[in-house]
Amino acid sequence: MKYIDEFQDPELARRLLDDIHSTVTRPWALMEVCGGQTHTIIRHGIDQLLPEQVELIHGPGCPVCVTPLEVIDKALEIASRPEVIFCSFGDMLRVPGTGRDLFQVRSEGGDVRVVYSPLDALRIARQNPDREVVFFGIGFETTAPPNAMTVHQARRLGIPNFSLLVSHVRVPPAIEAIMSAPNCRVQAFLAAGHVCSVMGVGEYPELAERFRVPIVVTGFEPLDILEGVRRTVLQLERGEHTVDNAYARAVRPEGNPAAQAMLEDVFEVTDRAWRGIGVIPDSGWRLSPKYRDHDAEYRFSVDGIQTREPAECRSGEVLQGMLKPHECEAFGTVCTPRTPLGATMVSSEGACAAYYLYRRLDITTAAREASPVV
Amino acid sequence: MCLAVPGRVLDIEERDGTRMATVDFGGVVKEVCLEYLPDLQVGEYAIVHVGFALQRLDEESAKQTLELFAQLGMLQEEFGDPWEQAAEAGGATPPVGDAVIEEVRK
Repeated sequence: MKYIDEFQDPELARRLLDDIHSTVTRPWALMEVCGGQTHTIIRHGIDQLLPEQVELIHGPGCPVCVTPLEVIDKALEIASRPEVIFCSFGDMLRVPGTGRDLFQVRSEGGDVRVVYSPLDALRIARQNPDREVVFFGIGFETTAPPNAMTVHQARRLGIPNFSLLVSHVRVPPAIEAIMSAPNCRVQAFLAAGHVCSVMGVGEYPELAERFRVPIVVTGFEPLDILEGVRRTVLQLERGEHTVDNAYARAVRPEGNPAAQAMLEDVFEVTDRAWRGIGVIPDSGWRLSPKYRDHDAEYRFSVDGIQTREPAECRSGEVLQGMLKPHECEAFGTVCTPRTPLGATMVSSEGACAAYYLYRRLDITTAAREASPVV
Repeated sequence: MCLAVPGRVLDIEERDGTRMATVDFGGVVKEVCLEYLPDLQVGEYAIVHVGFALQRLDEESAKQTLELFAQLGMLQEEFGDPWEQAAEAGGATPPVGDAVIEEVRK
């Protein structure tokens, strides 16, 4: 248990781990949905502290990673226009599109700005009435309500030069797609805590029942993850498949009804392509027709973009839990955070970035062992 | 970006018909929209994501989380200069004078 002293409460961590070790009798494969959870797991070596029979599979819950290449290319195209101020969260700056990224667009003269909140972008639109301000609206159920509120405010305050380039995604259809895949190995889910802070747990019982799969709502801190794994394994060993909330301090069963109401007003459910995975039915949101004036896709003609995904990037398999990052041939050689092939290597929640950041020594050692010359 | 951080409400005001708060995230202070938690009061803690309070949190859990995030450098990741971070990761020079970030920081 080499990392356990770094836990916030090492004694509690030890008790949870002992409990997990004494409960497990068979191999189980658990998927943590959220990229933030993946980083906690790798950073603290939680996967190495667990019994060998418990495998953690990293899921598709990094919003930056799953934003389709086509949308990234549309963003790059819009951001390059002289009349546009393009606003984005910082995570998107180095996500590779076909041949370049937002960082390069800015160095080529594009007016790309980083904001902390979508409301900052709305303020920029107000201050620059002669420019078009476009906000890059990506993310899951946690980010969609802030973006929905911003569009709602733009309309209420009469700010016509603000629009949203929308690529929002939803977790439950992704779980459905993963469980429906013929080669699916996932036997239980650690559901993303903050998504449930907004949406509650109401979407999960039907999935848990239909696929006979335990779904445990889990937080992001090391002890949260251990508790989530403990409860999941307990269900699996007992042959149960219910929805359990291991993050009650931040998740109420009903979620945040005000945020849900705004989502329903501003967005409508649509099929959405996930980068590296493909189209998942009903897995996304787009602006509803009454907010179409604020939809950047309608305002700017960006159809007919030709995308080109690097052939050697296997991030789609990583996102679906079919491949661990270090099993990709390009990992750590052709593909590094400085020269990323896919978004999973640059995003702060990307699985490849997590392996690269926290397993650097292992990578070097493995490379040396593989090479007879060094 | 997906990270949501607990913060403590310092004060609340109505602006353009919107309920806004100043929120302290372990020393970093930012403006936060309270429209999704309209009954949140000064002194209370909430989970905040991209400038929006999304759910109440008790003080003890909030403080523990903030302490942990600070130890792990995650607050710097969330609130630091994104151009610098992107440049560092990519081995390039960050563009200078991002007026927006300066303004947002203020």
